[in-house]
Amino acid sequence: MPADNLVDIEDLHFTYDGRPVLQGIDMKIPRGKVVAIMGGSGCGKTTLLRCIGGQLKATRGEIRLGEHRISQMGHAELYRVRRKMGMLFQFGALFTDISVFDNVAFPLREHTDLSESMIRDLVLMKLEAVGLRGAHRLMPNELSGGMARRVALARAVALDPLLIMYDEPFTGLDPIALGVIGQLIRKLNDALGATSIMVTHDVQESLLIVDYIYFVAEGRIVAQGTPDEIRASRHPFVHQFVHAEVDGPVRFDYPAPKARDEFLGAARA
Amino acid sequence: MPERIDPLRRLGRGMVNGVWRLGFASRFLFAILMFSGASFRRLHLTLREVFVSGVLSLLIILVSGLFVGLVLGLQGYETLQRYGSTEALGVLVALSLTRELGPVVAALLFASRAGSSVTAEIGLMKATEQLKAMDMMAVNPIARVVAPRFWGGVISMPLLAALFSAMGVLGGWLIGVVFIGVDDGAFWSQMQASVDFRYDVWNGVVKSFVFGVAVSLIAVFEGYDSVPTAEGVSRAITRTVVTSALAILALDFVLTSFMFRGTS
Repeated sequence: MPADNLVDIEDLHFTYDGRPVLQGIDMKIPRGKVVAIMGGSGCGKTTLLRCIGGQLKATRGEIRLGEHRISQMGHAELYRVRRKMGMLFQFGALFTDISVFDNVAFPLREHTDLSESMIRDLVLMKLEAVGLRGAHRLMPNELSGGMARRVALARAVALDPLLIMYDEPFTGLDPIALGVIGQLIRKLNDALGATSIMVTHDVQESLLIVDYIYFVAEGRIVAQGTPDEIRASRHPFVHQFVHAEVDGPVRFDYPAPKARDEFLGAARA
Repeated sequence: MPERIDPLRRLGRGMVNGVWRLGFASRFLFAILMFSGASFRRLHLTLREVFVSGVLSLLIILVSGLFVGLVLGLQGYETLQRYGSTEALGVLVALSLTRELGPVVAALLFASRAGSSVTAEIGLMKATEQLKAMDMMAVNPIARVVAPRFWGGVISMPLLAALFSAMGVLGGWLIGVVFIGVDDGAFWSQMQASVDFRYDVWNGVVKSFVFGVAVSLIAVFEGYDSVPTAEGVSRAITRTVVTSALAILALDFVLTSFMFRGTS
């Protein structure tokens, strides 16, 4: 990995309600690259994304975005840095009481003094980039899941951010919409000269579009590599995840006491 | 032993939670006041909420005010005629409405009509991650979503209470003067002579302002603090209506005991 990193994470720990969620994460996200963070449900990858965005405060460790130290920022400074970030939420999180156009215009109206005609041009350009210029008058409840995700993507890149974060961008999409979103993530990243972090558990689509992958399990990074390295990997975790195998180191069952103790113990009591 | 300790522990936990929520609500009010600048700099945000909370509540407020006035007129006339002082009907109706019924009933209706809808809106915005998305866009949800709704309610409440009282007086006049035949001149002149602007009307306005702050705070707080699920939002709406009603009645007692001591 080259030394010019936009995001640098060192020894990141996060504890929620006394339970360790992230335990000593070290991660580097180079400028201009699309990096995926993968892992099973509940492994801490969304928490990691929220820590990078400053929505959650790290219990210990350091997160740097360029020269900014996210983990030690106050509210006002964090808001200044967030203007350089865009985030796509799992189900889009569009504002349901305003139109597609107003959703994309929202960050522009909040953070710039541009005239309405300028805002109109910018919004239509962003919507054109995601193929939805013709849908700018629609309300969010008139959009399909894939369209809503693309509008949210247009909104996330409205201010031309340095860093774009994606939280499960492929969840609940049909194969065509999934491919479209995947290609958009790659193309927008390259066109804007941005850097992208994508939290996902969709292996096959991610391997096609990302530059580097981190695998997270139980709050730790267990494997990492380029898509080719990942495909060729014999690491048991990576192998199980990439090939969707039932048997392997990834636990399916939630931790529980021994069944014998629980059933017989209840019978005795 | 655990059977005897558990209810005690539950009681303790319930009390600690209650005090904690009260503290959180106070800090939340402080945050709203801190981030209220945008509500007044970008006045259209607050005016939109005045429209949603106030103007759209007009129908229920005006119709209820009219009916309360009609009933007051009937009941008041029935009582006053026993003492041969039916010409005091105007005073009775006006004082009842400006001092008590106007602010209290309008606030109860406002909590059910507008408070519940504010809680639902903010709760659903939370459940669908809209507030988080706004926060990630470096737009403070308290400044952009909560504060305008709070001030929209605070501004609307005294105006709605005033309109409620006005409709109530009209209802009392309709029953007393038009239908029963109380003297028109006596109805209005006694009202004019006995209703003091500062003591009666202004105290009523102060009451409705306090109720507006209480109902609006409860509505935005319950929405913001709701569990982000369908059940969580529905419980939050219920809590808004119940807590608002209790707060209005309790505050009314406190305010009345300070404002009206029979010195006039």
